[in-house]
Amino acid sequence: MTLLALKGVRRSFGGIVAADGVDLTLDSGECRCLIGPNGAGKSTVFKLIMGLLRPDAGSIRFDGREITHEQPFRRVQRGLSMKYQTTRIFSNLTVAQNMFIACRRTGDASDLASWGLEMLGLSAHGERRAGALSYGQQHWLEICMALGNGPRAVLMDEPTAGMTPEEGRSTAAFIKELEGKGIAAIVIEHDMGFVRDLDVPTTVLHQGRVFRQGRMAEIEADPEVQRIYLGEAHD
Amino acid sequence: MSSPEHAVASTARLVESPHSFFEKLGIDGPLTIFGGPVYWSLFLLTLVAVLLFPLYGSVFAALNFTNFLINAPLALGLALLWGYCGVLSFGQVAFFGIAGYAYGIMAINWGLGPVTFLAAAGALALASLVAAAFGYFLFYGRVSSWIIPVLTLVLTLVLETFLGQTAGLEWRLGQAQLGGFNGMTNIPSLTVGSVSFNGFSLPLFYLVVVLIAVILIGLRVLANSHFGHVVMAVQEDSERTELLGYDIRRYQLVVFIIAGFLAGLSGVLYATWGNFIQPSSVGLLAATLPVLWVAVGGRRSLSSVLIGTIALSALSDTLAVYSGELAFVVMGALLLFGMMAAPDGIVITVLRFLAKLFVRRPP
Repeated sequence: MTLLALKGVRRSFGGIVAADGVDLTLDSGECRCLIGPNGAGKSTVFKLIMGLLRPDAGSIRFDGREITHEQPFRRVQRGLSMKYQTTRIFSNLTVAQNMFIACRRTGDASDLASWGLEMLGLSAHGERRAGALSYGQQHWLEICMALGNGPRAVLMDEPTAGMTPEEGRSTAAFIKELEGKGIAAIVIEHDMGFVRDLDVPTTVLHQGRVFRQGRMAEIEADPEVQRIYLGEAHD
Repeated sequence: MSSPEHAVASTARLVESPHSFFEKLGIDGPLTIFGGPVYWSLFLLTLVAVLLFPLYGSVFAALNFTNFLINAPLALGLALLWGYCGVLSFGQVAFFGIAGYAYGIMAINWGLGPVTFLAAAGALALASLVAAAFGYFLFYGRVSSWIIPVLTLVLTLVLETFLGQTAGLEWRLGQAQLGGFNGMTNIPSLTVGSVSFNGFSLPLFYLVVVLIAVILIGLRVLANSHFGHVVMAVQEDSERTELLGYDIRRYQLVVFIIAGFLAGLSGVLYATWGNFIQPSSVGLLAATLPVLWVAVGGRRSLSSVLIGTIALSALSDTLAVYSGELAFVVMGALLLFGMMAAPDGIVITVLRFLAKLFVRRPP
């Protein structure tokens, strides 16, 4: 069942077209990677989905409902959630306080968040100031905060940026577990090893358009994709 | 990985972890800076000492002191709005004035007796309503935070200009004459039976002291609640807070209404204390003072703002005996000194220093 669907979503900044008719769908419980060279419009797509940017044209549907013009908080209440690329935790507050704010409702949602904290080893750090956590832990806290409302789909913008390889592997394992719990996710990633590890349907974005979709093995084999993106990493 | 039950239990511990008796009561918590047994002992001692002051001090001094205490609700509301929510209003005195004038109009027309309390309730409702309407445009219009001080200042200056031109007889509402620059006079004090809450006797002094204690405790509970945490989060990163599913506009509006209500309370207390109110109460100088009290006190700490407000009100009153201008020069100098030497606020910096000296933190 289609959970999230973008149809012809377009957004420009002055003369620069950041999203040029993006068509993208995400099924319930599906995990999908979104890759593409810098400036391909990946983060713009996330902001459009969350309502931080308004599209110039096109439509966004979530759970069968038109959300193109809804306020960001309403989309979160419907079950969308996002983890920022740079950590945007409340660094002056403790881990516990951050989670207290992130869990808008209690019940199942908190269970998911507490499961996340436990999995990522943050449960023991409740009293620590969030700003004093290691960089990787701050990313994890941000992921757990995105789970606070019991979302049905989580958007993760470079969840492993700046992490050690080991932390990156833990993060990949965690995203897999999340998929196992039936929570859909779109993951933006630059680290091709990470994307290969995840081995989920992948969408390549290029110049604001969907360029290719498929499994990572097919995508890597595509000469056009190699030319625009992967070639830079493999040459 | 441990069992799900364990995971849930560990988050329950993570999320609500009241350590002390005071935290269980809700009056202490992570978002109020000072607290604990020493703080509350001092609080209680001060409250008792102030309430008993007329017995061992002079009644005249207590009555004079009431004048300074009247500013406290307004200042505490601004501390909540600015210190916790990050919204600087330069026009809180507008709500002070609206409530003061509204109380005056109703009390003059309705006369003495318990009905004066109805007038006070009506005045507070009006001030809150205006705050709600004005706040609605500010927050639901997503006006950027650095424009808000300007717009709120404009609100109060427009009000002052309007009230200043009400000298004519056409500005008469029933028995009440708005009175232009001279203001509205002969406003009846709050009265119940033979007790009158005016500026010449002690009941108002007791009423104001008790009100301030209740407001301080109430705001501490609010600050440490889930609502308070969200308000603090809005100040730190409003977009992030919205993406956690909160309609931040509603939170900002509620805080703005609370601050407007408290400013209105100060206005009503002022009118019942002095039996008059005039346009200069909502003028530029009057608008500046609350910002100064809160900044010098330390906007993140309600207790510091309370101490700062009373101390600065008393100081400017004392200096005004020599020269009104001198009072403002000294206030300005204090603000500048504070911004450079103690950016968090002078009172809060002193209190933190004293707390470090005398109170050993539990490990």
